[in-house]
Amino acid sequence: MAMSPKREPIWADARLRGFVLQALFLAAVVALLAMFALNAAENLRALNRASGFGFLDQVAGFDIAFHLIDYGRASTFLDALWVGLLNTLLVAVIGIVLATVLGFLLGIGQLSSNWLVAKLATAYIEFVRNVPLLLQIFFWYFSMMSPLPRPQSAIEIGGVAFLSNRGLFVPRIEGVEGSGLFLIVLAACVSAFFLLRRLSHKRRERTGTPLPMLPISLGLLAIVPAAAFFLTGVPFTADIPVLAGRNFTGGMAITPELIALVLALSLYTASYIGEIVRSGIEGVPKGQAEASAALGLSRGQRLRLVIIPQAMRIIIPPLTSQYLNLTKNSSLAAAIAFPDLVHVFAGTALNQTGQAIEILAITMIIYLAISLLTSLAMNVYNARIQLKER
Amino acid sequence: MARTSTVSAKPPRGAGPIAWMRDNLFSSPFNTALTLAALGLLWITVPPFINWAFINAVWSGETRDVCMAPETGACWAYIAARFDQIVYGFYEKAERWRADAVFIIGAIGIFWLATPGLRAKRAIGAFMLIAYPVISYVLLSGGLFGLDVVPSAKWGGLLLTLIVAVTGIVASLPLGILLALGRRSKLPVVRILCIGFIEFVRGVPLITILFMASNLLPLFLPEGLVFDKLLRALVAVALFSAAYMAEVVRGGLQAVPQGQYEAAASLGLGYWRMMGLIILPQALKTVMPSIVNTFIGLFKDTSLVSIIGFSDLLGIIQKGNADPEWSTPVTATTGYLFAAAIFWAFCFSMSRYSAWLERNVAGGKAGAGKT
Repeated sequence: MAMSPKREPIWADARLRGFVLQALFLAAVVALLAMFALNAAENLRALNRASGFGFLDQVAGFDIAFHLIDYGRASTFLDALWVGLLNTLLVAVIGIVLATVLGFLLGIGQLSSNWLVAKLATAYIEFVRNVPLLLQIFFWYFSMMSPLPRPQSAIEIGGVAFLSNRGLFVPRIEGVEGSGLFLIVLAACVSAFFLLRRLSHKRRERTGTPLPMLPISLGLLAIVPAAAFFLTGVPFTADIPVLAGRNFTGGMAITPELIALVLALSLYTASYIGEIVRSGIEGVPKGQAEASAALGLSRGQRLRLVIIPQAMRIIIPPLTSQYLNLTKNSSLAAAIAFPDLVHVFAGTALNQTGQAIEILAITMIIYLAISLLTSLAMNVYNARIQLKER
Repeated sequence: MARTSTVSAKPPRGAGPIAWMRDNLFSSPFNTALTLAALGLLWITVPPFINWAFINAVWSGETRDVCMAPETGACWAYIAARFDQIVYGFYEKAERWRADAVFIIGAIGIFWLATPGLRAKRAIGAFMLIAYPVISYVLLSGGLFGLDVVPSAKWGGLLLTLIVAVTGIVASLPLGILLALGRRSKLPVVRILCIGFIEFVRGVPLITILFMASNLLPLFLPEGLVFDKLLRALVAVALFSAAYMAEVVRGGLQAVPQGQYEAAASLGLGYWRMMGLIILPQALKTVMPSIVNTFIGLFKDTSLVSIIGFSDLLGIIQKGNADPEWSTPVTATTGYLFAAAIFWAFCFSMSRYSAWLERNVAGGKAGAGKT
């Protein structure tokens, strides 16, 4: 009698089971989403609310205190969206630059051979990291910016900038005739400098002697631009803010909300970056530092030429997520009414139109896009600096 | 001329504070400059802070007038007067023992679980995960066993902060584990949906998710089915931190060697028993410090519920600033300092605990691997 294979029960077939499981899971998710959609349609009908994206072309009719592009009474909700998005990006960019600089200083400071500096950096990080960002934003805004003197008795900085509870007023630099020519010369000098620096590196790798970079950089970055500056007849004027009545006019106004937000964001994120940089540097094998010391490199050269480039490989991925966190955290602007994307669009515009679904969807998609683009850019950079296995 | 004595390889190192300072503070001109700059920084920050927070501070008083004098430091009298509100929010005075009971049971349970060497961890853990939330809910909201109903709108202060944080922590770990398993699943539909959820939530700010919970969720649910506003915020916080937790757990899962999966499979374990008995215990142990860090982040993020109108610890401080009875030039800063101290104490002790875990518990695993 031939051995007939024992029939397995139908649920023991892994592929079939996986298929059924997935079908059920998908059905559950689709059912949930469908229920949401049906309910939303029903509820919106009951509330008699408009839907769709037509509102973007309507006149917004609210004022925005701080805008980088033209915005006025006749502007639409779409314009408001742009204003908010640009403000968010402005805060993110300034915050990222400041947080990176301070964070690297903190990270290197923690490893300093100077006992006091190392302890100070650690104490700063341990304090700032363990207090909620929102609280820090409130502190900078309500405890530091609000009690500043009124514009009439503003704190003067060098006679050209003024700090008051209306914000920081700084001179606005404006180009006059000839400024275009000067900027072209400046750009040419800077690009020539970078080009020559590259050539110098190449030459040193090939022949051992670099180009004389000191006179080159002095000439290209200082002497030629300075000469061009005066030859074009000092083509800039500074519009210095002046007190007129109860506030300043002229110059450039940096609102107290922006100052508080940028300060809090960069000080907070710097504490995280400090830890990332410290562990990145500690992740470089000790032999690397000893080998470079044996080659006679100075302390600064060791750090700049040997340690940091290797540490960067460890630092970049977590640094990226800190940049993304900073950008997402800039949405806390809403709490102190800085007109960022969330405050202008998901706050004011949402209250005016009542179209919560559309507005929140747009807001979230924009943040998602920013996140994806930033991680894409950082991934490209990361791939470039990774160890090339030969 | 030749030197006859041998030169020691290293100059003799002195002892005592002077030598220590020479080695650690003034070893080079650059180091000396750094030390002086650091001392200068300390000089312009620490004495004014001590003056403000302690020496010129007002410690007692019944009204805001005690803090109105110019040059007044911190107004601790305000904190003393509002202390109950800062801890309990607007919870009825007569019912506050219920909140106290929740605090005490929670503190004992967490202490028991966090202290190594204490027995019956499994039973206490199960109690804290399953029974404690139910007991807390019944105690806090009432309506059963003759307890008066206290609507969640009255919960506030530190009580609310802890409720949001603990709920987030308790819910985010199992949800995060499920999401992480889903993300590594062989079933494409499950995997894609989990990746989509995790990446979506991690790509948007928490505040937009909170807005969604407070503005959109009522629209998406059928007429009449209205969730408590607090519950909606809790769901938002839990889902948000679950996505972050999922990525942490995934890191742990990736660190478990493939051989462990194969060994478990060769023992005939099915998927859930393989994960539950073999893989997850190892994975979670490796990433324990990161899990605690996620909890710390979550604890700080609870302060965002104040933006959607809750009176958590930070929210109640913000409300206090607007209170005319205690409106003084120093009210806001005093409140922030006090709230910062509380948040700091919680987060710092969690981070110390995580560092201690890393040294003492995770070390055992590395040792086992080396044999």
